[in-house]
Amino acid sequence: MTNVRSLICSFKTQFTVIFFALSNKAIAEWDELNMTQGATAISREVYDLHMLIFWICVAIGVLVFGVMFYSMYAFTKKKNPVAATFHENTKVELAWTIIPFLILIAMAVPASKTLQSIYNDEAGDVNIQVVGYQWKWQYRYLEDDVSFFSNLTTDLDEIYNKVPKGENYLQEVDEMVVIPAGKKVRFLITANDVIHSWWMPAFAIKQDAIPGFINTAWTIVDEPGLYRGKCTELCGKNHGFMPIVVKVVEQDEYDLWINDKKAAAIAMAELTEKDWSAAELVERGESLYVTNCVACHQVNGQGIAGIFPGLAGSDVVLNDKAGQIEILMEGIQGAAMNSFSYLSEVEMAAVITYTRQSWGNAEKGDGEIVVPKDIVEYKQNKI
Amino acid sequence: MGNKKITILKLSAAVAGMYLFSFALVPLYDVFCDITGLNGKVAQTSNAESSISVEGREIGLQFISHNNAGMPWVFKPSKEVSKIKTGTLYEATFYAKNTTDKMMTGRAVNSVAPSNAKDYIKKIECFCFAEGIELMPGEEILLPIKMVVDDELPDNIKNIVLSYTIFDSKIEHNLTMDHDSDHMGS
Amino acid sequence: MSAVIENHHDDHGHHGPAKGLKRWFYTTNHKDIGTLYLWFSFAMFLIGGAMAMIIRAELFQPGMQIVEPEFYNQMITLHGLIMIFGGVMPAFVGLANWLVPMMIGAPDMALPRMNNLSFWILPFAFFVLLSSLFMEGGAPNFGWTFYAPLSTTYAPPSTTFFIFSVHIMGASSIMGSINVIVTIMNMRAPGMGLMKMPLFVWSWLITAYLLIAVMPVLAGAVTMMLMDIHFGTSFFDAAGGGDPVLFQHIFWFFGHPEVYIMILPAFGIVSHIIETFSRKQLFGYSSMVWAMLSIAILSFVVWAHHMFTVGMPLAAELFFMWSTMLIAVPTGVKVFNWIATMFKGSITFETPMLFACAFVVLFTLGGFSGLMLAITPADFQYHDTYFVVAHFHYVLVPGAIFSIMAAVYYWIPKWTGNMYDERLGRLHFWLSFVGVNVTFFPQHFIGLAGMPRRIPDYALQFADWNMVSTAGAFLFGFSQVFFLFIVIKTVMGGKKATGEVWEGARGLEWTVDSPAPYHTFGTPPKVS
Repeated sequence: MTNVRSLICSFKTQFTVIFFALSNKAIAEWDELNMTQGATAISREVYDLHMLIFWICVAIGVLVFGVMFYSMYAFTKKKNPVAATFHENTKVELAWTIIPFLILIAMAVPASKTLQSIYNDEAGDVNIQVVGYQWKWQYRYLEDDVSFFSNLTTDLDEIYNKVPKGENYLQEVDEMVVIPAGKKVRFLITANDVIHSWWMPAFAIKQDAIPGFINTAWTIVDEPGLYRGKCTELCGKNHGFMPIVVKVVEQDEYDLWINDKKAAAIAMAELTEKDWSAAELVERGESLYVTNCVACHQVNGQGIAGIFPGLAGSDVVLNDKAGQIEILMEGIQGAAMNSFSYLSEVEMAAVITYTRQSWGNAEKGDGEIVVPKDIVEYKQNKI
Repeated sequence: MGNKKITILKLSAAVAGMYLFSFALVPLYDVFCDITGLNGKVAQTSNAESSISVEGREIGLQFISHNNAGMPWVFKPSKEVSKIKTGTLYEATFYAKNTTDKMMTGRAVNSVAPSNAKDYIKKIECFCFAEGIELMPGEEILLPIKMVVDDELPDNIKNIVLSYTIFDSKIEHNLTMDHDSDHMGS
Repeated sequence: MSAVIENHHDDHGHHGPAKGLKRWFYTTNHKDIGTLYLWFSFAMFLIGGAMAMIIRAELFQPGMQIVEPEFYNQMITLHGLIMIFGGVMPAFVGLANWLVPMMIGAPDMALPRMNNLSFWILPFAFFVLLSSLFMEGGAPNFGWTFYAPLSTTYAPPSTTFFIFSVHIMGASSIMGSINVIVTIMNMRAPGMGLMKMPLFVWSWLITAYLLIAVMPVLAGAVTMMLMDIHFGTSFFDAAGGGDPVLFQHIFWFFGHPEVYIMILPAFGIVSHIIETFSRKQLFGYSSMVWAMLSIAILSFVVWAHHMFTVGMPLAAELFFMWSTMLIAVPTGVKVFNWIATMFKGSITFETPMLFACAFVVLFTLGGFSGLMLAITPADFQYHDTYFVVAHFHYVLVPGAIFSIMAAVYYWIPKWTGNMYDERLGRLHFWLSFVGVNVTFFPQHFIGLAGMPRRIPDYALQFADWNMVSTAGAFLFGFSQVFFLFIVIKTVMGGKKATGEVWEGARGLEWTVDSPAPYHTFGTPPKVS
């Protein structure tokens, strides 16, 4: 080859490479059209693999359909009244069996390599047990014993088209998974009831959550950011309504967050687990009653006749502990009594116990107190 | 032109055979899993002695538990995170308590991560092998695990997670006698 | 034997079929039974299609507008079951019934009475399945793939009827396949060796063996489900020592060959049509046969590519990735052979040819997305998203269904003696072609962009393409009502067809009159 020709060849090659690289990038930016490149080395590798196979398929398609469309154009009965008679050609048939086979090997090599990188699973700096429930996720940070549920927070009114939909419609949760950037995070995925699946496109992680079994996945996310994922295995009626949100933050912010969570968990555990005596609950509950209840039910628990029911001598307060918990937690439809579920379990238990123990209620009724564990149980049964 | 009857008989036998094959897949699946370690379940072994050695390396061992479908027992590892040595016999326990007022049978299923560690974990004793764990109302128990992690465990595995999920076997218990601890007198 | 009896024997052909409704209940004639299967599958296609319209209507915009999530899950489940077991499979069996005996020069199927039974249990099975919509707890709502424990421990009471229905459909397929194999292996005209058989016959021979191998496995799977639900076993329940993943292995051992069952007869049909309308002998007959055989055999060792995210170890994932990719080779050979048939042919584009050409292009597109799905690490991003939905709808709708429509247009002159209206046929084609692409091409995008499948509502970034897809779906749906009109019109009358019907058509079916006499090939023809 002359120097000029080889120069042109290399230009052609460079041009082709640059064209594909740029169009890959362009296509990657069309968010609505293509897979995400993601936020990790693995996700980018997966994206590149996806685009490689895609372009090979495009090339094969152009070639094959080219011949076909040409035939449909050039060999109509009008243009070619007498058809050729060949109906076999061993050489050609061998060629188009062997060449595709070689192309497949060329695809299989990088694919196998990427799969091996994904399976290369050592310990994580942070290990999170992920449990799929109908229809929410539970996350447990194993080293720190921090655990919480993550529920969809999109309002039913948005879903049923009564109010406009927010920007993160069906993609927002009450508790996000927070992980540190640049550290290896391992997810240990299982389920509580039926099969679910935990998918984070930005990390190229998808593993089925199978009751009784553990599947692992790992990631190292370079950049802080907010990433959203979905459940990807039909799990019942609200399969479409249990999203995942992962917030990646710098290490020091993560440390603060996890310490906050730990402290809160310890505090709550102490308070909730503790064996409260009636006297302790009443003492705690009194101030809560003053803050939250006095306006309607009055200091003496008498209420206002005809408007706000009295608590002293009330049948519910005397004899129906479960019913009283329900009223405080849910409120009463069509009445002024709101739900007080925003109170902590300790506060809720304290204020209810206060009412059950005051104004002679303890002697007249069953005298049962409510402890924080009762509220925890109520909340769990509600799920 | 050939014997229709014979063809029909052969095909019907094939149909019956494939139907039985699908049921054979059940034990075959377990055999296959045992050989290849596909589902991460660790089977009971009696020849763990061969895995005991003096020179071992330290690895992390983590126990995690989950109660399936709100199974009401308390069920948790006595010690969640440990450092153990390969080649050494290790004993651990799980604490379980039946917090209900009915007799119940639970069943624990185990799973290992990473799944290819399964071949190197020799369990001599594990409550997860039992058909069921029966607990009276309010009864609590410490469930034993005895295991050795073989030295041959690949070097790149530095941490093993053993997960146990407890299920309610939903076995009905008909008690004809009252279960007071004092049976004397009535 | 007197001459009188002999004449009487010949006269049977002149008496024709029985009169009235009884004819259809008691018939053992392969043409009648073929007609029954085809009409039944058309009805199921429209019913499954109506469910698709409900699904796409709900997905027209974000938010819940038309149905509740529980009912939506019933719609997607029944849509899949009805299209697969009520639409595609019975249509191919109907075509087999009509065509296989004629193509091999046989007077009828080998087991005509079993043939009747195979058909008539189907309407019963689907009556049971559809009636589950009105049962307490609703119809099955766990997807057509009915994974445990969603389909066992957490399933509605109607699941038992679903299992019953699946058993009956399976029995129908198994009996039909036995019939097909016995017919082909024992009743070919003298001189018709296996490598002289028309490709549609080959495709059905192979399909029938696949059905015999895997429908019993499906029966096993649903029997195990039944036992888990009602008899206290724990095949799929971890609580009892079982494994939900076992279900998936058993199901997909059936499920993967099943999808080749749904496409092999299509390959046969397309080979016939392209050959005829290119006026050129099909290129590479023996490689076409070997390709179909390879596809069938390979189909048994790829099943876990439906389960890449279930947690299998690396070795298993690699094996299934490689075996799945390998299927592209024989499939590619077939596509190249069709195109080589057209190359330097003398082509006209009547409606059957339009559908067949569209099949080649669009099925290949489905094959490309299938190849992408085979790549395991990439599949982690595609699995259970709309990318998969796009893939299988491309191979099933412009794949299998277009081949069935092509077959109807191609052979209806033989069945009825009337030509269909060519202008209307072409209109139906173009409406369907546009409709199918507008419906399913955008689904590749939303799948890649992150939309999972089997959800009734979605985040806002998926809204635009969902709207487009729904528009396409309604266009496609109404085009099929138009197709019904065309078919009825043709049955009732039209330009009279000759025996040969199409210039250049090869095969024994074109040597008899149109419409084909009630009994054909009472004496076997000589095949050179």
